[in-house]
Amino acid sequence: MDYIANGFFEAFHLLLDGDPETFSAIWITLQVSGYAMAASLMMGVPLGFFLGFYEFAGKRQLRVFVDTMLSLPTVFIGLMVYVLLSKRGPLGEWDLLFTPEGIAIGLTILALPIIIALTATAVESAEKDLILTLLSLGANQRQMLLTTLWETRFGLIAAGITAYGRVMTEVGISMMVGGNIKWHTRTITTAIALETNKGAFSTGVALGIVLLLIALFVNISVSFLRRK
Amino acid sequence: MKRLFFLTMIWLASISYGYAEGPTLMMATTTSTESTGLLDYLAPHFEKDTGITLKWVAVGTGKALEYGKNCDVDVLLVHAPAAEMEYVNQGYGIDRKEVMYNDFIIIGPESDPAAIKNLSAREALAAIRALKANFISRGDQSGTHKMELSLWKEAGIPTPDKDSWYIQAGQGMLMTINMAAEKNGYTLTDRGTYITYEKTMNGAPPLKILVANDSRLFNQYSVIIVNPKNCPQVKPGPAKEFSDWITGKGAQALIGNYMFQGKALFMPNAGK
Repeated sequence: MDYIANGFFEAFHLLLDGDPETFSAIWITLQVSGYAMAASLMMGVPLGFFLGFYEFAGKRQLRVFVDTMLSLPTVFIGLMVYVLLSKRGPLGEWDLLFTPEGIAIGLTILALPIIIALTATAVESAEKDLILTLLSLGANQRQMLLTTLWETRFGLIAAGITAYGRVMTEVGISMMVGGNIKWHTRTITTAIALETNKGAFSTGVALGIVLLLIALFVNISVSFLRRK
Repeated sequence: MKRLFFLTMIWLASISYGYAEGPTLMMATTTSTESTGLLDYLAPHFEKDTGITLKWVAVGTGKALEYGKNCDVDVLLVHAPAAEMEYVNQGYGIDRKEVMYNDFIIIGPESDPAAIKNLSAREALAAIRALKANFISRGDQSGTHKMELSLWKEAGIPTPDKDSWYIQAGQGMLMTINMAAEKNGYTLTDRGTYITYEKTMNGAPPLKILVANDSRLFNQYSVIIVNPKNCPQVKPGPAKEFSDWITGKGAQALIGNYMFQGKALFMPNAGK
């Protein structure tokens, strides 16, 4: 049972020797998670801000709904997106099944509630003292909005990192919607599932370590942002 | 702020790219053809001979047939003859041709509590049930699972379901074998996955081959073209090329020569 030690060495071999299959999987993982993060941040930050900043009828209920969506199981999202994108499904003409873009749609559904809920929480917790201060300084509505957004930037970064971690590591959506096609839709996580089925446990462990290294790299880049 | 902009630009640049592609063929197949490496071995030959890039999704036969029904793939390479015939009769597929076979085996602990060694498959299942020895089933409508279900039927035993000795794994073959080893039980597997399992156990597996060479355990793989009448979006042309290619002389020889962990695994039998 030296799969873990072997896996560790193999991880460095795969990376240093530039193993094409591994790099293809890394590339596709970055690609689908990149699309999904771009889409979910663009939609989720404004929605989360709206949910946290304004008072309106049904806000509590909406919040409960968003929080419930945090529990969406990835295999369920995968199945729903498959049904939508299948040639026989309502969006079959878009030709997105078994493509990275199709996976990205599923991942966006996974990430969106996380971004919305965490953005709303960040705005809510910053808001109370901030609004009083801003009001006393005589700020108008627009200045208040921008300042709140700026003051919650660390909360937004945390939301992004949390969502990115979830999106990069899920396997249900990528497997069902992407189909784990070599060179095309094989992500790191679906490659791990395949290597496990093949009995190549060390390679599976190695790919897991590769995924963690990428996550480390992403988080280092973000912490560089945080120092402002 | 500048840094944020810079990082965002790098990130956007890294995700927007495109590449040109020649004709491609989308196939749904069973996990065994992928995990044994057979398709990785055949696909480049197919591309060289026809100029068509073969892409595949490897899933259980049940799911593969479902992909065909939904027009998500152009061609199928699967191993559940009864389900395939029904599929073709229902008009979802055309031109079913046999390609190759390997065999199923029943494996179990070396101590063999139910004493099934060298029995026929049916007798073995009856003995396992009589003793209520643990039996691990795939339980996932895969080709292997369908084979197991038909064996219970032929042995005249109602399919076990809630019996405590009958464990429905709902997982891939290798995981099912691992589960059988943990539970000291029996299971039905294709030979290819068993060879993989032997390798993961460094050649000393706790589960041994107990029943083999029963003609009922014959595992036939066939190619089926998804019916273009049912699915206007599919590519019957490249699908037909693949079907002709894999049942042709060249590919049949390639299949016969394919060695998996140093052992011959698939016997070509197209047109026989």
